Amino acid sequence: MVSCIDWPVSSAGATPLVRFEDVSKRFGALTAVDGVNLEIAPGEFFALLGPSGCGKTTLMRLLAGFAEPDEGRILLNGEDIAGLPPHRRPSSMMFQTYALFPHLNVEKNISFGLKQRGWNKDRASARVEEMLRVVRLEGLNLRRPDQLSGGQKQRVALARALAVQPKILLLDEPLAALDRKLREETQLELKAIQRTLGVTFLIVTHDQDEAMVVSDRIAVMNEGKIAQIGAPHEVYEQPASRFVAEFLGEANLFPDGAHWHLVRPEKMTLSATATPGGMAGEVMEIAYFGDRTRYVVKRPHGQVLRISRVNLGPPLSLEVGDAVWASFAPDSAVTLAS
Amino acid sequence: MKRSWPAGAAPFAWLLVFFALPFFLVAKLSLSHAVLAIPPYAPRLDLSRGAAGLIGFVRELNFATYTRLAADRLYLLAYLSSLKFAAIGTAILLAIGYPMAYGMSRYGAFARQTLLIAVIVPFWTSFLIRIYAWIAILNPTGLLNQVLAAFHLGPLNLLNSQTAVIIGLVYAYLPFMVLPIYAVLDRQDESLIEAAQDLGCTPTQAFWRVTFPLSWPGVAAGALLCFIPMVGEFVIPDLLGGSDTLMLGRTLWTEFFADRDWPAACAVAVVLLGTLAVPIALFQRQQAKVLS
Amino acid sequence: MRSGPSAFNRISVCLGLGFLYAPIVLLVVYSFNASRLVTVWGGFSIRWYAAVLEDSQILDAIWVTLRVGLISATVATGLGILAAVALARSGKFRGRTLFSAMIYAPLAMPEVILGLSLLLLFVAMGIPRGFWTVTLSHATVTLCYATVVIQARLARFDISLEEAARDLGCPPLSAFLKVTLPNIAPAVAAAWMLAFTLSLDDLVIASFTSGPGATTLPMRLYSQIRLGVNPEINAVSTLLIAVVSAGVVAAGLIQRRRLKSA
Repeated sequence: MVSCIDWPVSSAGATPLVRFEDVSKRFGALTAVDGVNLEIAPGEFFALLGPSGCGKTTLMRLLAGFAEPDEGRILLNGEDIAGLPPHRRPSSMMFQTYALFPHLNVEKNISFGLKQRGWNKDRASARVEEMLRVVRLEGLNLRRPDQLSGGQKQRVALARALAVQPKILLLDEPLAALDRKLREETQLELKAIQRTLGVTFLIVTHDQDEAMVVSDRIAVMNEGKIAQIGAPHEVYEQPASRFVAEFLGEANLFPDGAHWHLVRPEKMTLSATATPGGMAGEVMEIAYFGDRTRYVVKRPHGQVLRISRVNLGPPLSLEVGDAVWASFAPDSAVTLAS
Repeated sequence: MKRSWPAGAAPFAWLLVFFALPFFLVAKLSLSHAVLAIPPYAPRLDLSRGAAGLIGFVRELNFATYTRLAADRLYLLAYLSSLKFAAIGTAILLAIGYPMAYGMSRYGAFARQTLLIAVIVPFWTSFLIRIYAWIAILNPTGLLNQVLAAFHLGPLNLLNSQTAVIIGLVYAYLPFMVLPIYAVLDRQDESLIEAAQDLGCTPTQAFWRVTFPLSWPGVAAGALLCFIPMVGEFVIPDLLGGSDTLMLGRTLWTEFFADRDWPAACAVAVVLLGTLAVPIALFQRQQAKVLS
Repeated sequence: MRSGPSAFNRISVCLGLGFLYAPIVLLVVYSFNASRLVTVWGGFSIRWYAAVLEDSQILDAIWVTLRVGLISATVATGLGILAAVALARSGKFRGRTLFSAMIYAPLAMPEVILGLSLLLLFVAMGIPRGFWTVTLSHATVTLCYATVVIQARLARFDISLEEAARDLGCPPLSAFLKVTLPNIAPAVAAAWMLAFTLSLDDLVIASFTSGPGATTLPMRLYSQIRLGVNPEINAVSTLLIAVVSAGVVAAGLIQRRRLKSA
């Protein structure tokens, strides 16, 4: 069994672009962010993942300058940015509601920040065209926000935030308003844009699939604290805690003294005949997903197991109520700290 | 956000000087007595005499004006009849305004917008002119009696009567009743009614069990918005009422302009304000709730 | 979908509108009456309009009223924007309860009280009554209406728009001017219109706070009405109604067209 180790706060090697040092933020009695330490490397696609109310949006707003930390420091390129108002910070933000200015057309929305930075007209309009190409919205310059579809609005918001050449782009639940298919396409596209431009992206999301698809590293947050930081496969395969294990995907947990052993559903095998060392149970539910089938199995003492089986060959001929035996390889179990 | 406080500083200071401060002056003056001078009241605060001036000033203040008012039956009658007119007016307004607002909310989006404009236009049209229009109608030789005569009825002598005052109140305040109720009904989710009908209500039952209870904030706002100013109404009783129509707003006006008894006018204002303090506070709370 | 209006709904609306409009229509019709007797139809004429144009007292009053309205509505709207921002944007601040009480109280307060109290203020401060005292008084009262109208719009305004502007490089004030103000402009215009119309319409507060040489149109009309019904008043009233209705209907149509295109 693999036991869990402490994760590194910093990304390997590079000097960090952003560094949170013991940052806390309280709203009245509520501690929204609680002693967070975090480093983001230049060029990285970093995700803040957690359930709603975990403090991830607050952490991002601290970086953008819409709130100031009560304790701790936030360093950008090694410099403390405390007290710097939002309009002087080199970050730019893509809002969850997109926040496109309704009184301005697409072109003027995108050039808004450029004008503010004193770019001349030719340079700004060249940049606007470039951005429209990046987000594949050429020719929509004169549309007003209320004439755009949800996906188009999302692209304009992205173009507007990227146009000002931020050191870091902050994305607050950027895809939450899109429907599922468009969301999945856009995730890949976002990743491609980030890779092409080389800009550092910080995304806030509550969707673990989204975080895993787009990001290089994920910080999982819970109740204002960082629960774990790591690459997507690290946080999935070797979660540091029961919270992380259960928040990212599904988890079968087996108690062992003071510890828990975690086995992911896809690491378990199912058999209709008794197998040595197998756990006997009864099929409660069968869900067919095309590429795989998921089974819910109840053991005699009441524990419920979730098992996922890739449909490589013909499906098992099982029905609800049938007796089954579930098992897993010893090295596929991970021991959780507590 | 702290930065918004300076934004409010200018209007805050403005209202302190032009709205809050004057009320202290009204209260102070109601404790003074009338004299034949300009301005026609005493004592006057003389701060050039220092603390002695202030003490002398406070000593001379008394409740004589209030006791004088309380002893006079006319003031009591004016007080009671103000409340009576306002109550009757509000009740009639509810009876007319609610069905009208509800009817408006039943039309399609386009017609609704037109009807809304139709109710707003009189709301924006001069109050004085709309009351004036009724003088010509209610005149002994006016249009109402001409119509009645054509049917061999009448004549009704309504002008300068209590009925005329009620008609005037209802007419002038109808938009104030309709608009808040309509605003609430218009926002109401139609699927609530469908759900109620789906759960076994007839349309009438659905109205009484769902629509009507949900429209209470609008009814309360409309009733308060009409009742409060009607108690202190001056123009309507003055132009449509007879000399026997007593209302506090008119009494205040007469004390001030005709009798030049400023302390009495202020005492009437204080009594009026004291009476309306509770409804005004209710109205404020309601408005603050709607807007936040 | 709304269920359409029933017969009862139609009758309620028609009777209500009939009640609201019949007196106004009669007033307008009789302004074109050739006869001096307001209640007897003596044929069509515009002689009373001609009489209005030659009545210097009325014309003076109109001029005073317009100036009072323009100045007081502009001051009230400016202060109203500030007050609305303070109320809508800041959470709790010291004096907030008093502030919002001072905003909402004048909306329902009897005008006689407002007029009397303002007059006493001017007397106490030793300011001679006249044009400026009426203007200040109107600005004070209409400020509250303007604030409510603008605050209602600000409450619906998406704050992240202003944040986006600041994030893109605007200092707070510039973000407000470049993004918030253009988007709430229709509400600001409506607030100004409301303030202007209320000022145009006011008799009671003006009677208390005005002085020699600053007689407003409602004050002039009131003194004439007290003398009896007079076709010239009908003519002035009709002109006033026409101006206000044109404004309201135009504003309403613009809004309705926007509704249709949306």
